[in-house]
Amino acid sequence: MVEPDYLKFDTLSLHAGQEPDPTTGSRGVPIYQTTSYSFVDTEQAAGLFNLEQPGHIYSRISNPTVAVLEERLAALEGGVGAVCTASGMAAFHLACATIMSAGNHVVASRNIYGGSHNMLNLTMPRFGIETTFVDPRDLNAWESAITPDTRVLFAETLGNPGIEVLDVPAVAEIAHAHGIPLMVDATFTTPYLMRPIELGADIVMHSVTKFLGGHGIALGGVIVDGGRFDWAANDKFPTLSQPYDGYHGITFSEEYGHQALSMRARAEGLRDFGAAMSPANAFHLLQGVETLPLRMRRHVENTKTVIDFLETNDAVSWVSHPSVSTHPDHELAQSLLPNGAGAILSFGIAGGREAGRRFIESVQLASHVANVGDAKTLVIHPASTTHQQLSAEDLVAAGVGEDLIRLSVGLEDSSDIIADLARALRASQKG
Amino acid sequence: MQIEFRDAMVNVATGGVELNKDLPPVLLVHGAGMDRTVWSQQTRYLAHHGFAPMALDLPGHGDSEGALLPSVAEMAEWVGAFIEMMALGPVRLVGHSMGSLISLEVAARYPQTAERLILMGAAAAMPVHPELLGAAERNEILAPQLMTAWAHGSRAHIAGNPTPGLWMRSGCQALLERAAPDVIYNDLAACNSYEAGDVAARIECSVSVMVGSEDKMTPPKATAQLVAGFSEVDLQHLDGIGHMMMMEAPDQIRDLLLQALG
Repeated sequence: MVEPDYLKFDTLSLHAGQEPDPTTGSRGVPIYQTTSYSFVDTEQAAGLFNLEQPGHIYSRISNPTVAVLEERLAALEGGVGAVCTASGMAAFHLACATIMSAGNHVVASRNIYGGSHNMLNLTMPRFGIETTFVDPRDLNAWESAITPDTRVLFAETLGNPGIEVLDVPAVAEIAHAHGIPLMVDATFTTPYLMRPIELGADIVMHSVTKFLGGHGIALGGVIVDGGRFDWAANDKFPTLSQPYDGYHGITFSEEYGHQALSMRARAEGLRDFGAAMSPANAFHLLQGVETLPLRMRRHVENTKTVIDFLETNDAVSWVSHPSVSTHPDHELAQSLLPNGAGAILSFGIAGGREAGRRFIESVQLASHVANVGDAKTLVIHPASTTHQQLSAEDLVAAGVGEDLIRLSVGLEDSSDIIADLARALRASQKG
Repeated sequence: MQIEFRDAMVNVATGGVELNKDLPPVLLVHGAGMDRTVWSQQTRYLAHHGFAPMALDLPGHGDSEGALLPSVAEMAEWVGAFIEMMALGPVRLVGHSMGSLISLEVAARYPQTAERLILMGAAAAMPVHPELLGAAERNEILAPQLMTAWAHGSRAHIAGNPTPGLWMRSGCQALLERAAPDVIYNDLAACNSYEAGDVAARIECSVSVMVGSEDKMTPPKATAQLVAGFSEVDLQHLDGIGHMMMMEAPDQIRDLLLQALG
């Protein structure tokens, strides 16, 4: 049988979006550390500003180094385009601001990153956008929370910090039945473990800072446009389906069709909100993406070893990870995440909040930081850090108990990770 | 813009500006399973450089209503009648792939409608790989995948999109995936059964042809067979470019298009 001769994932991780620099022959991606670009003549300048022809104008809107990362991430996700931003939160805001306006409504999973929860729960209402939070596993809840004003369903592919697996095809089907898109934050899975667009998601966002970068040295975010959603099929998305005075009456869906979201997010969002990624950060993040498949394989392997250890330790009351057979989403994970369910897990520590504090203060190899997805093993106590702005009620709803420790398993030798955890667990029980 | 024609709405992209009937009209016709957006790198430019572009969605494609037309001849009859209905006088007719066959037939059968003919990814015959045709008939995703894989030159499979952030391969595949069921099969079957005969010899207006050196769907050799039939033709080769030349080499195509449009 004849098959499409597409370049494979590992190859795209190294090559997509870049050719040797035409001027210097540089094989590595150059850092175009510039704010602006010389125009050939006034006609070309006018054409660029008027979206008549493609090219770079000013690095807030686009930059050649950042464009390589954008093209590469779009390639790995199977999207039609990508727009990189200064951080994951900037990406989330850019996506929301591109498709919504005051009076619109979001239905979101309640088990999401604390920062995303705050933006939807506290900040967006100031701009007239309200959110209803639902249990991501409850498909009826998704359905019944949708109102005539709802413009997007939003969830994480793996919830934070409970590692709930999102049933992407089922939630996408609900969204599409209501003429709205599904946006997912796929930071925890990366395109190596899951390609949500192929499962039905319409917009994929990442904190590129995490596994995609992998090194924890550069901030970045991205939205990837799936290109399959028809923004003009109803009147819900006037920013994409109606004339826009910002470019002399252009209608993005009319001119760009399946790439309308990518084009508007850049032409308006980066131009007006300005949360652009720096070229130096794009360069650093590209170095990480080049080894993404290798690192994710090792992350998954180490996670399995660490889980085996935690499950037999007396100081651990429970372990939550979709690869564990008792996890409620174990079967779903096997179907949607055949390469592994990621490297972030949570566990309960016997002795609650005080034991948790002693554990965190006793680890030596693992780092106590507000981050995940680093090459190094990281730990945090969410109830007192990432989720501390949540009320007690919201903490319970988000599945963040006081005994919960979140562990982001790194790439160290797994025996060293385990030795460190074992030492800290022993210390945690000496209250 | 939406235009009513034969009891159905026809969707036409005009470059983001109102159609200016005082400017020379340019009708752009897309290929199999695609729609107006394949011209997105050209329409807005033309609209601001002295032309009135109209990138069509053929019936049943993109945002146009209407039943699919099962043969190139019927598509050509529809396009010819659409041009007459628009009453803009003869147009500069630009066709890509299946759209080039339609444009050829329009110019040959209804010479009063076409002032110039510009063909991209064109050939006298467009036989379709039986496995692609089968996948399209079964509405399998393999059809968009194979078309995307074969429609791009090797460079476009790695990089090279001049529009920052856009990924060409998925752009093409997503466009094809958005086609309604049976659209791709209808169009590929129409291409597969098309016989050019002496159509090239019957063309009276000026003809320009653009061919990509890495075009696997209408290879340069196949284009040459068509070109040999014209009494006069301006043939332009694009080095390292595949079948989707408007997306793969938008800057070159814009320049060549401006020259060819006169």
